Amino acid sequence: MTEKKKIGAIQRRLIPSYIFLILFSLFSIFPLFWMVTAATNTTVDVSLGRLWFGSFSAENFKTLLEGAPFFQSKLWSAMRNSFFYAGVQTILSLFICSLAGYGFELYHDKAKDALFGVLLMAMMIPGVATMIPLFSMMSKMKMLSSVWGFILPSLATPFMIMMFRQNSRNFPVEIMNAARIDGLNEFGIFFRIYMPVMKSTYAAAAVITFMNAWNAYLWPRVVLKAPEAQTMPLFIANLAGGYTIDYGALMMSVVFCSLPTVIIFFILQKQFAEGITGAVK
Amino acid sequence: MEKRRRAVGWAFLFTASIMIFIFSFYPMVSALITSFKTGSSANMKWATPWFNNYVRMFKDKTFITALKNTFLYLIVQVPVMLVLAILLAQLLNNPNLKCRGLFRTCIFLPCAISLVSYSLIFRTLFYDTGMINTILMKLGIIHENVKWLGQTQTARGVIIFALIWRWTGYNMVFYLAGLQNLDYSVYEAARIDGANGWDTFWHITVPQLRPVIIMTFIMSINGTLQLYDESVNLTNGGPAGTTMTMSHHIYNTAFQGKANFGYASALSFVVFILVAVLAVINLKVGDKRD
Repeated sequence: MTEKKKIGAIQRRLIPSYIFLILFSLFSIFPLFWMVTAATNTTVDVSLGRLWFGSFSAENFKTLLEGAPFFQSKLWSAMRNSFFYAGVQTILSLFICSLAGYGFELYHDKAKDALFGVLLMAMMIPGVATMIPLFSMMSKMKMLSSVWGFILPSLATPFMIMMFRQNSRNFPVEIMNAARIDGLNEFGIFFRIYMPVMKSTYAAAAVITFMNAWNAYLWPRVVLKAPEAQTMPLFIANLAGGYTIDYGALMMSVVFCSLPTVIIFFILQKQFAEGITGAVK
Repeated sequence: MEKRRRAVGWAFLFTASIMIFIFSFYPMVSALITSFKTGSSANMKWATPWFNNYVRMFKDKTFITALKNTFLYLIVQVPVMLVLAILLAQLLNNPNLKCRGLFRTCIFLPCAISLVSYSLIFRTLFYDTGMINTILMKLGIIHENVKWLGQTQTARGVIIFALIWRWTGYNMVFYLAGLQNLDYSVYEAARIDGANGWDTFWHITVPQLRPVIIMTFIMSINGTLQLYDESVNLTNGGPAGTTMTMSHHIYNTAFQGKANFGYASALSFVVFILVAVLAVINLKVGDKRD
C-alpha cells in the first residue's frame, strides 16, 4: 500500500513533465499529420487550411505521375533515381570508409595518425565552397547528370572514417593474430573477421549515409541538370517552383519523398541515433 | 614482418585519403584561385585589381543581409533550440517517467524528414490563407490573415520556428547519449538535500553535458552558416531577398542568370573562413577539458 502511494506521489510530481512532453510531441508530429491529410485534399482545401482527410488522393497521385510542369521530371523516375543513387552511395561509401577506419586504427603509426589529422580538416570545408570547382570538374569529366557525379564527392567523408576508426578501438587484436597464424592475409582478416564483427557499426553508418544521400539537395541541384536524372528532393522542389502551385499534389509528393526515410527511421531508430552521434564516444 | 604489415595498412586507407584530397582539398585550393578571377566557366580572367571580388562584397546588399540573417539565427534560434533539447533530454532521462520511448520517438521523428520536405510543409502551413492562419482566426488570436511569408520579420520568424522543429530532437539525441553514463540516483540524492528542478538542471545536468553542449553548439553554428534548403524552398529568399542565406546567394551568383564563378567563389571562401575560425575555437575549448 505504501509502495503504491509512493509511486502515485512520484507520478504526480511528474505531471508538469508529462504535460510539457505531450505538448512538444504534438508539436513534433503535427506538421507530419498535416502533410498526410493535405495529400488527400484539393489544392483549394489545402490553401484554405482544411485539417482533416479529403477524398482527392487519387487525383493528386495522378498529377504526380504526369510530372512537374516545365521540368518534365516524373514521380517514378525520381523515386528510382533516389533509390539507385542513395543505394550505390551507401554501399561504396561504407566499403571505402570502413577500410580506411580499419587501416587508421589497427595499423596506426605516427605517419598515419598525422594523415588522419589532415583529413579531419576536410570536415571544416563547407559544401558550398567546393561546389563550383566540383561542378567544373564533373563537367570536364562528362559526369554531369550521372550517378558518379552525384556520389563521387561524398564517398569518402572524414566523419564516416572517424566513426569506423573510433569503433575499431574495441576490435580484439588477439583475434587478428590468431587469424594470421591460421594463414589469413591482412585483407582476409578484414573481410572474414572485421566486417562481421563490426556489423552494428555498419548498420548505423548505412542508415545515416542512406538518409544523407536521399535528402541531399544543394549538390544534386548543381550536378543533376537533366530532368530524367533528378532525385526526389529536386522533383518536389520543382513542383513548388511554378507560378501556380498544386498544394495537394505537392504534399502528396512530399509524402512519397518522406516515406522511405520515415520507414527506415521506425525500423532502425537505434542505429539512426548511433549514426548521428557516430564518432562521439 | 611488422614493417610489411604497416605497409599493408597504407593500402587500406589509400582510396579514402586520395578521394578526400581530390574532392575536398583540391577544390578548396581551386576555389581560392577562382575567387581572384571574374567571368563564368568558359572565359575566366584575372580580376583587376586581383582582390576585387573581396572588395565588392562589402557593397553587396544581399550578402550583407544574408550575413545579418545568419547571425540573427545564431543568436535566437540556436540557443532556444539547444536549451529545449537539454530540457527534453533531462525529462526523458528520468527512469520513473512512463512512455519514454514513445515521447523520444515523436520528438526525434522530424529528423527523418528531408530539409526540402519540411521546408515545403511549413510553406503550406504558413500560406496566406493556410492552416496556421485558419487556426489562429478560429481561436480569436488574429482577426485577419497574417502574411507570414510576405513580411520580412514574420518570414524570418517562420524560418526560426521551422528550424527549431526540425533540429531540437536531433540535438536531444546527443544529450540523451551524454546523460546515459550519469547515475540517476544523483538526482534523487540532490532532491533529498533540498535542491529543486532548476538547481539540479544547472548543477548536475549542464556540467555533465558540457563537452556535448560545446559540440552541438559548434555543429549548430556550422549548420546555420550553411543554411540553403530552407531559404530556397520555404521563403525563396523573399520577401525581396531579406531572408536569403549566404549559401542561397552564392548558388544564385554561380548558377542563376548571369553566372559569376569568381565572385561566388570569393563569397564561398568567406563562409569557409567563418566555419574554420569557429572550428579552431572549438579545438581550443576542446583542449581545455582534457
